[in-house]
This record gives sequence, structure tokens and C-alpha cells, in this order.
Amino acid sequence: MVAGCGGGGEDTIKIGFNIPMTGDIPKVGEASKYAAEMLKEDINSQGGLEVGGKKYKLEFVYEDNESKAESAVNAALKLIEQDQVVAIIGPNSSKQAVPAGGTCNDNRVPMISPWSTNPDTTKDRPWVFRAAFLDPFQGPVAVNFATKQFGAKTAAVLFDISNDYSKGLAEIFQSEWEKKHGADTVVAFESHGTKDQDFSAQLTKILAAKPDFIFVPNNYNQVALIIKQAHDLGWEGPFMGSDAWGSAELMTLCGDDCKGQFFSTHYAAAGAKGDTKVFIDRYTAKYGYTPDDVAALTWDATRLVLQAIQDAGKYESDVRKERQSIRDALGGIKEFAGITGSMKFDAQGDPIKCAVVVEIDDQGQFVFAESVCP
Amino acid sequence: MEALFQNIINALQWGSFYALIALGYTLVYGVLLLINFAHGDIFMVGAYIAFGVSVFVLGVQGLDLPNWAVLACGVPLTMILTAGVGVTLERIAYRPLRRKGAHRLYVVITALMCGLILENGNLALLGASRKKFPELMEKTVWSLGDVSVTNLKVLVIFAAFAVFGILNFIVTRTRIGMAMRAISYDKFAIPLMGIPVDTIIVFTFVLGSGFAGLAGMLFAMSYPILEPYMGALIGWKAFIAAVVGGIGDIRGAFVGGFLLGFIEILVVAFFPSTLRDLIAFSILLVILWMKPTGLFGIARHQKI
Repeated sequence: MVAGCGGGGEDTIKIGFNIPMTGDIPKVGEASKYAAEMLKEDINSQGGLEVGGKKYKLEFVYEDNESKAESAVNAALKLIEQDQVVAIIGPNSSKQAVPAGGTCNDNRVPMISPWSTNPDTTKDRPWVFRAAFLDPFQGPVAVNFATKQFGAKTAAVLFDISNDYSKGLAEIFQSEWEKKHGADTVVAFESHGTKDQDFSAQLTKILAAKPDFIFVPNNYNQVALIIKQAHDLGWEGPFMGSDAWGSAELMTLCGDDCKGQFFSTHYAAAGAKGDTKVFIDRYTAKYGYTPDDVAALTWDATRLVLQAIQDAGKYESDVRKERQSIRDALGGIKEFAGITGSMKFDAQGDPIKCAVVVEIDDQGQFVFAESVCP
Repeated sequence: MEALFQNIINALQWGSFYALIALGYTLVYGVLLLINFAHGDIFMVGAYIAFGVSVFVLGVQGLDLPNWAVLACGVPLTMILTAGVGVTLERIAYRPLRRKGAHRLYVVITALMCGLILENGNLALLGASRKKFPELMEKTVWSLGDVSVTNLKVLVIFAAFAVFGILNFIVTRTRIGMAMRAISYDKFAIPLMGIPVDTIIVFTFVLGSGFAGLAGMLFAMSYPILEPYMGALIGWKAFIAAVVGGIGDIRGAFVGGFLLGFIEILVVAFFPSTLRDLIAFSILLVILWMKPTGLFGIARHQKI
């Protein structure tokens, strides 16, 4: 083995993961890692990935980005320079994926973000791809669903000002809602900081504006606090959430308060069929809980990279050349059947795929409510 | 108008936490002239101890205690154990430095370091996943028109006032309180009067950390999601509150805590919420600008 300071082993394919193992959303990193480990074991147990008639073992390097933007850039640089990976999966959250995407693009390393929905992640970055739909698509999904489901005319928004994802989606939602229902129908548009635990002042303001529902495009850990505090203040109306709610940990943290709420996401685990069901069953058996969307998306994102390596036809021993050929092959993938649904890629590297809206039922399961396709 | 009343209640609850933590800063500073920057993290440890106590110690073991009993036993147990953590820090980190006559600056930096050790120790020990604090109180929401209060909020506010009353009594009316005040005047002459300085200092840490444990438990009940870094930001802010109130003064910490709570909540009520910290801390800056020793502080002239 020539592994060590450079190059990586002759017969191994080294892929980096830039994921949040600590920080605000550790469950997201855990789910990503578990899904990747499962995929790696699958392929390595068959002798490796076959490229051009030869089998290559997979080696995954997991780097913790602490759910921070600056750490995500450092993690990306470490994976690129020190570990010499051929491609990077992650970061997941747009807050980290937007800056890390810039780093990967500048260093000419292909990157696929499984979960990031902010347009800036891939915009004008030929080396950056993603496996999730975009917020400009997700925003209208929430607008249309809430209008129909709650019969809502007015809405309120509470979002995290220091999170690109939350802020971006909140703004898209506001403009889409006002386009549909007229000016000033978003009656309250309030923000908070990432480390905040008390939202009572913002919620008091929202409740005083008497909206028909509250849109909360926040991470699951904040959602649990926000919904509880809204109920403490006497709010009995509905909430609508976004895909950042879809963590396996949401129900552990939120409990009864979240039951009956809706959010848009990438897939619904309850009632899944085909390959998706196989994945969910295996993951549940192995790790003891139902995989959330980020696990499924990591699976798809990693398989996209492997597909690109195979499509290229041969594996270059030079890391730079291999990165280039992966990027070219990724750009060449026009359609891909993932477990989160089939996706077509546009010129920007963004998939065009369906979103689902799920309802949290009385057992705390995420049950399919509606599917929305572009 | 109703929104204003609601916000006053919100601010009373939020200010209670600042006040409870600020009291811990001020006690230690009052006696040792030491800013115990680890205090915010002792508060975090308190919340985790409360979690451990209510879930594992009282929850399992086949006792099947009702929630009120878990709460009733959990509060003193949490306070005692958290006090133990505070005293341990004093024993292994601050006392050796004090014995060697290290400058206060180094002790403050040691305190910062201890805070980081507590945070990362917790992270290593319990992992990054958040913990969900169990509901120990049957939640009741009382509504008066559009104003809603929960029984938990009332309890938190009551606890803050009670703790202030107790501490104020101890510091101003008891012999041990007199000894605490005396040490801050002259820590070299005081041992000559037959006052056991170390015992008094340990007692100060017991008080400060014990009430940080109480604050941690109440906080965990109000905001039931625990994470290893939860103490850092609220600890800083409570420290600022203590400074604005006049650090070293019990009334100052109490008033400063509520002042910060009120400013933060009311800024959100009347301005865009984005500007909250900017406006809140500008106001505090103006207060310090006019009164650099804080609202209740007295200028201390000393030889260095």
C-alpha cells in the first residue's frame, strides 16, 4: 500500500464526508455516516466497486464540520489536501454547504451535498452538485399546501437569521405567499439566533398578529422548543415546517407537541415501497431507528459519485485526473433512480425531483400526506 | 396592551434565569474578586445533573415515583451535586493557584479553561445528541384574555425571588455572610481574626453552584432540550447582567438579570427581532458608559 501522505492506495477509492457529527444537528451527521457505512459494507463485501473490469475497495473519510460554516471549509480543505479524496459528500446543511461548495469548486474537487436546498450551494459552481430539491421549489410547495390544507389566508414566519437555509427559505416563502394572497398577508416575519432558547417574545408578536398558521423553516432542535413555547402561550393553530424538521430525533425532542403538524420533505418513510423500503428496513434493523431523509439522501448522493466513477470507465491513479473525470461523468448523468425518487439534473447540477408533504401522526410517525412534483 | 402584559411575563421568566446565574457570578466575585467564567458551564452541568437525577436515579430503579416526588427530591439532589462540581473546581483549579499567590488574571483564565473542560468533557462523555428533559410538572396554561401564564413560569419567577431573598439574608444578616464580605475587604488580615478563609470560600462556591444547579433544573424544565454548549451564551449574558448591575453586589446581579431579560424581550416586541442583541447590548453599553461600576457597584480603589 502506498497510502500515507499522498495519493491513497492503488486499489482503493477514497471519498470524503464533510458532515456535522457535533454541534447543533449531530443526528444529521450520524444518519449520514450510518447510511454511508451501510453502502460501503455492501460494496466492499462484494470485493469492491467494479470500474473498467477491476475491483476497487471503498474507503470513506468522515470529517466533522461541527455544524459551523467556518469548520466546514476547514474540513473540506483537510479532505482535499491531506486525505486526497476524489470526491466529497456533504456538507448537509446549507449553512455549511454554501461556503464549503466554494472551497471545493475553487480546488476543483467534485462535491455533492445530500441535503442542502439553498440555491447558492451549486450556483455558478460547475464542481458542485446536490441530491435534494431547491428552496425555490420547496417554498411554493409549503405555500400551496398550507393554503389548501388549513384554508389559510394569512401566515406568520419564524426563522433562524444566522442560518442561510432558514433565512433563504423564509424569504422565498414570504414572497411566494404574498404573490398568491396579496401584499402584507405574511402578518409577522420574525427571526432569532442559532443559540437562542427562548422565543416567547417573537411568538407573542406572532400570536398578536393572529395568523392562520405559522411557518417554521428551522432545524429540528429549535422546532421542538418553538412549538412547545407557542403552546405555552396559548397557540392552538397549525404549524407548517420544512425538510429540516425531518430528523429521526424530532419526535424524541418534541413529543406530543409536534403531533398533527405538517412539513415538506424529501421522502416519507412510513408506507415506502420498493428499494426505498429495502433501505429503510435494513437501516432500521442495523441501527435501531427509522432512517430520516438525510440518511436516504446521503445514500443517493454517494451512489451518484460511485455511478460517476463507473461511468468514467476507468479509475485514474492520479487524484487530480480522477476528480476531473468524476466531475465530467457527474455532469453527464441525466437521470438517476435514487431511493428518494428519480431525479433529472439541470445544467446547474441541481436535481429536478418531487417533494412530499408528511403529517406527524398520533404515533409520531411521518405519514405521507401529499406528493408535489415540478 | 395584552401583548405588553404577555411580554412582561415572558421577560420575568427569561430574566429569572439571568438573575439566578448572575447571582452565582456576583457571589464568587464578591468574595474572591474572581470572575468565575466557568459558572455558565456549571449551570449547564446543573441541567445535565437534573436530567440524570430525574431520569436515572429517581426514574428507574423500580421506584415508580410520581412526577411531583421526582421534582421534590430532584431539586435538592441536583443542588447538592452541582454544588459538589463547583467545590471540586475550586479545590482542584482555583485553590492551588491561590495558594501559590498567582495573579487574579491567571485564575480568571483558568476559569475559562475549566468551562471548556466541562463543555467538552460532557461532549465526550454523553455525545453530541441532544437530551430531552422529561416533563416533571403537569403543565397548566392559565389564560386571562390573550395573556397566558403556565404554572412553570410562575414557579421560575417565584424561585428567582426566593433565591434572591435567601442570598440577601445570608450575606447581610448572618455571621458567615459577614465573613464573606470581610474577605473581600482584606484577605490577608481576615485569617488573623480567626476566620477560616478556605471554609468561607468553599461555602461561597456551594451557594453559587447550588443555585446554578437549581437554575439548570428550572431551565431544563422550561426549555427541555439539553446540549453541552447551552451554558456558554447564557453564561456570558448573565455575566454582563451582573456587571451592569454592579458585580459583587447581590441586588445588582438580581436587578441586572431582570433588566437584561426585559430589554431583550421588549426590544423584540417593539423592533424587528433581528436587531435584538444589537439594541439590547447597546443599551447596556450606555448604562455602563454613564455608570462604569454598574447600577449598584461601588468603585474599588486598590493597589495592584
